[in-house]
Amino acid sequence: MKKYSGFSLFKHSLSHHENWQAAWRSPQPKKEYDVIIIGGGGHGLATAYYLAKVHGITNVAVLEKGYLGGGNTARNTTIVRSNYLWDEASKLYDHSLDLWKDLSQDLNYNVMFSQRGVLNLGHTLQDMRDIERRVNANRLNGIDGVVLNTAEVKEIVPVINDSQDIRYPVLGASWQATGGVARHDAVAWGFARGADSFGVDLIQQCEVTDIITEEGAVVGVQTTQGFIGSKKVACVTAGNSGVMAAMVGLRLPIESRPLQALVSEPVKPIIDTVVMSNAVHAYVSQSDKGDLVIGAGTDSYNGYGQRGSFHIVEHTLSAICELFPMFSRVRMNRAWGGVVDTCPDACPIISKTSINGLYFNCGWGTGGFKATPGSGHVFAHTLAHDEAHPFAAPFSLDRFNTGHLIDEHGAAGVAH
Amino acid sequence: MHHIYCPYCEETREEEEYSYTGEAHIERPKDPAAISDEAWADYLFFRSNPRGIHHEMWYHAAGCRRYFNVTRNTQSYQIHETYKMGELPTITAASLDQAAPQGDAS
Ligand SMILES: Cc1cc2nc3c(=O)[nH]c(=O)nc-3n(C[C@H](O)[C@H](O)[C@H](O)COP(=O)(O)OP(=O)(O)OC[C@H]3O[C@@H](n4cnc5c(N)ncnc54)[C@H](O)[C@@H]3O)c2cc1C
Ligand SMILES: [Zn+2]
Repeated sequence: MKKYSGFSLFKHSLSHHENWQAAWRSPQPKKEYDVIIIGGGGHGLATAYYLAKVHGITNVAVLEKGYLGGGNTARNTTIVRSNYLWDEASKLYDHSLDLWKDLSQDLNYNVMFSQRGVLNLGHTLQDMRDIERRVNANRLNGIDGVVLNTAEVKEIVPVINDSQDIRYPVLGASWQATGGVARHDAVAWGFARGADSFGVDLIQQCEVTDIITEEGAVVGVQTTQGFIGSKKVACVTAGNSGVMAAMVGLRLPIESRPLQALVSEPVKPIIDTVVMSNAVHAYVSQSDKGDLVIGAGTDSYNGYGQRGSFHIVEHTLSAICELFPMFSRVRMNRAWGGVVDTCPDACPIISKTSINGLYFNCGWGTGGFKATPGSGHVFAHTLAHDEAHPFAAPFSLDRFNTGHLIDEHGAAGVAH
Repeated sequence: MHHIYCPYCEETREEEEYSYTGEAHIERPKDPAAISDEAWADYLFFRSNPRGIHHEMWYHAAGCRRYFNVTRNTQSYQIHETYKMGELPTITAASLDQAAPQGDAS
């Protein structure tokens, strides 16, 4: 892999940028791999990268039915934070936040991680009590957080409506200054390029149509490019995970739902942080291009269509307009949906299964982008050692049998 | 936005009048204490979540306030039928598979 640098940028400018090395190869699948990762989203690619980098396992294929990073990775609103309530979740997400900090250097790829801070608004007395509880829990876990009142919120976001006469007045917020956003595509591409440089085969347009087992153990996968053998198969397929599980007769505690986002026309810099509100189902940040990036809630029903209902968008925009009256005249440019894998406790599943050699990393639902590096890092450990990484252990499938659910609805809910 | 026919009101109304309440035909184990933790977890949390035909319950919140069942395709969002509580679907993934013309056998 040729390194990207200021010097290489200058050098290639002399040849009109026509001779850059391709960011990754497009190999033909081999007959057999040590590990097959199904799903070339951020999490699958990060898993492959850390498998190679940390564990030296490089005979690995990532099989992607479409193009790399074209699933929820391409569709999310890129919010990164780690202010979750419970110890297990805060460890996992904060581990990820730590990795974000050096990710651009580590990957030699600018993932545009921007720690511009994240506000979670409270609109009722109960919201504020929950926020205080969560911020206290965060601080005990070494995660930065403060509780702000209305005036302090207004100072950070001068354009917010601080009137106390609106339907859902802003009573305050939690503030995680180390949270922020990153460039979603760059994250997928950076991990892809990194994994490829270690020899991982990234195979696009390759849909897994069946998972083949013999005597309770995985032997490979059937794909649109033929059979590919492996004794370790890891499903990192987000909203499609239930379909993957059904291939081997398993069920998951997951339901797939459409989740929508939309962006406005570009406007001048107006909001330099992330504002989220669980109560009114809305959140907004501004991209470097200037568009307002707005996220809505999920549709209430199961759905695999990568689109959502119009009334969900309407609901979100009415909340945005009340919080930011000046946005009422901004035109929306594009809206889209992704299929998110929602779990009963709003926490992921990073787990072995009852089938030897078959692993799942899914259930990230509406909020897994922030966890991309951490998820890949701990899952690679799980795959390499056939034993859960300590941070991943509480997120096994078995928690649904034992009852050790990790209820993060308060911290995850609508807030991604 | 779905337009859903309520079998009790006998009218087609907009989705916003209803709320979705999850997979249908899940039976509560008769004697919870007698079954394994796995079987109880399966009842509580594990779902079939198919891409395709799904039988699900909806609640007519802003209408008759009754629960009923819907057979819906989760990929195309087509609603095939709605039927009352206690009734069984007439359209299933298997029945549609059989009805479909057998094309390429591979
Ligand atoms: C609108 C929206 C907003 C969001 N906002 C945020 C946010 O602000 N912050 C945050 O942290 N998270 C957010 N999320 C959630 C986040 O996007 C996901 O949790 C995360 O991107 C999941 O990454 P992934 O790699 O697991 O999934 P994906 O990127 O979806 O990758 C899964 C891949 O598997 C492939 N695949 C599926 N089936 C097969 C098969 N049979 N064979 C081969 N390949 C297959 C798919 O094509 C896909 O590329 C949002 C999601 C959406 C939809
Ligand atoms: Zn009715």
